[in-house]
Amino acid sequence: MNVASQSYYDRRGILAALGKDGLIQLILILNTAVMLAPILIMLFAAFKTNAQIFQSPFGIPDFSNVANITKIWNETNFLRYLMNSVIVTGSSIVVILTLGTMAAYAVARYKFWGASFVLMFFLAGLTLPLKLAIIPLFILMRDLGILNTQLSLIVIYVAMGLPTTVFIMTGFIRTLPNELEDAARMDGASEPRIMWSIMLPLVRPAMVIAGIQNVVPIWNDFFFPLIFIQKDKLKTLPQGLTTFMGEYTTDWGVLFAGLLLSSAPVIIVYIILSRQFINGMTAGAVK
Amino acid sequence: MARMTLSGIKKSFKSVDVLHGIDLEISDREFVVFVGPSGCGKSTLLRLIAGLDTISSGEFHLDERRMNDIAPSRRGIAMVFQSYALYPHMDVYENMAFGARLMGLEKDEVEKRIDEASKMLRLDPLLKRKPRELSGGQRQRVAIGRALVRKPKVLLLDEPLSNLDAALRSDVRLEIARLHREIGGTTIYVTHDQVEAMTLADRIVVMNNGKVEQFGSPRELYERPANTFVATFIGSPRMSLLDVERNGNHLALPGSGAVSVSRLPHSDERNLVIGVRPDAMTVSTDESTDGFRGNVVYTEYLGENTYVYVRLGDGTLVGIRSSASVDLPPDTPVVITVASEEIHYFSRATRERLAA
Repeated sequence: MNVASQSYYDRRGILAALGKDGLIQLILILNTAVMLAPILIMLFAAFKTNAQIFQSPFGIPDFSNVANITKIWNETNFLRYLMNSVIVTGSSIVVILTLGTMAAYAVARYKFWGASFVLMFFLAGLTLPLKLAIIPLFILMRDLGILNTQLSLIVIYVAMGLPTTVFIMTGFIRTLPNELEDAARMDGASEPRIMWSIMLPLVRPAMVIAGIQNVVPIWNDFFFPLIFIQKDKLKTLPQGLTTFMGEYTTDWGVLFAGLLLSSAPVIIVYIILSRQFINGMTAGAVK
Repeated sequence: MARMTLSGIKKSFKSVDVLHGIDLEISDREFVVFVGPSGCGKSTLLRLIAGLDTISSGEFHLDERRMNDIAPSRRGIAMVFQSYALYPHMDVYENMAFGARLMGLEKDEVEKRIDEASKMLRLDPLLKRKPRELSGGQRQRVAIGRALVRKPKVLLLDEPLSNLDAALRSDVRLEIARLHREIGGTTIYVTHDQVEAMTLADRIVVMNNGKVEQFGSPRELYERPANTFVATFIGSPRMSLLDVERNGNHLALPGSGAVSVSRLPHSDERNLVIGVRPDAMTVSTDESTDGFRGNVVYTEYLGENTYVYVRLGDGTLVGIRSSASVDLPPDTPVVITVASEEIHYFSRATRERLAA
């Protein structure tokens, strides 16, 4: 009985060890392939002509052929679009992080009547599909007279970004030790100074998470600019690049080159900040 | 000067009363330790003095000035926190400079004070380090340094040794005692460790359930505990309490016989509690001795001496310090003699000390 059960457990041990580790590795490798494939295809396609894309979609192109990229450069307001995207995304993120951190700090740290209501109010925003409200939003923007301005986009993006930001930041701020603020209070720091000099440097990892979490959808957003922006010189990148998507023919090579150029900034920002991002993700777990 | 007067201090959180009327007079340059079990309100009292929590009712004066509504930083009080609460993103120098700058001091003065404090605490080689690069003892010194830079009249320390390992603890304890003498201010120190309290304090405040049980010098607390709580809290191993009945000059313990004593309380209460420290009793196997009868439960050999634990007739377990040569197997019937002049008498009803 004893021997039998032991060998049984042994067998299972080997299987479990091999099976578990191997399976995880396999899943991760497959996942990497799935994640990287579209990016690689985009990269390859950016250097191919339309004909080449359809002939050999997965073939490795001649990387010296930059015709698509020069075409974007010459035939669209690429720089203009890029700048618009930077302006809209940048100001949205700045406003989201400023307001979100301040709101989260208040909700997490001060005991006041209605604190939990304020938090619930923000969280309720998570459940709201903003796109369903597009017609009322359009009317609202028209009445406010900010249709066809970047402000209309920024306002919407801030509203979209605040719930998750407040949620992430509140959770994070709550994990910071209270004694730090008490120490700063004993040192004679005013409440704004405590937030600015003590708390802000400490919540930076969470702000990076919230930032990345918001940058990607805002940068890539196609829907709201399409509705609110008609002037060519105000168009954002994803919207501007639709020039190459004709009703009858689409110049895929150029489109992919545009996609490559428009996604590059976000990818670079992510790589630069990824260390902080990962630190922030695990900070709560270690404490 | 730093004379503190607390009168009728009460604190409640919502409907829970944490402190029920604390009255204390603390003199200038005194080293006072608040000691008590967890949840007794000692840390709350410290936070009220610091100004981090508001006083629900009562008055707190520092040098005749009412402090109740004065901001923490304007009280002339500095505090060292249990977790040290160093600013993690600032180096040691910045940690100390932060408060000094907020006081509106000139740049030279800030530098001078940091220089002074870091010399006193041997922090000079660490000034450019971040808190995470310091050991526990070093962090502790930085936390103290940060408090000293503000030149406070009163220094508050909240369980400063609890995060240090045992070897470091006695070093830091000596250090704190030395600092107190050098700075010459008033120090209030919170701990749950009675050894720290006894070794450091000029006077100790023993707290329990949000009340002050006794306020006095370590000697007073040890030799004349005001009630059974203080009697058992101070001293290690703890004092044994026995419920006895007084009969003339005899004290009778149910199931263990009676002993005659030469010294009795002035009060004529019949039901008494007597407190006896481990070194005021002797254990003997001679059945004819006058004393309480019991059985050995176990012995602890400590090299220098042996502690014998004896179960008495009414079920009480008492600890007795004996010479190291004593070796009694469990269940040995023994007789315990008590030195009459070292008995502490308490009323059974009030648990308060009875003068003898």
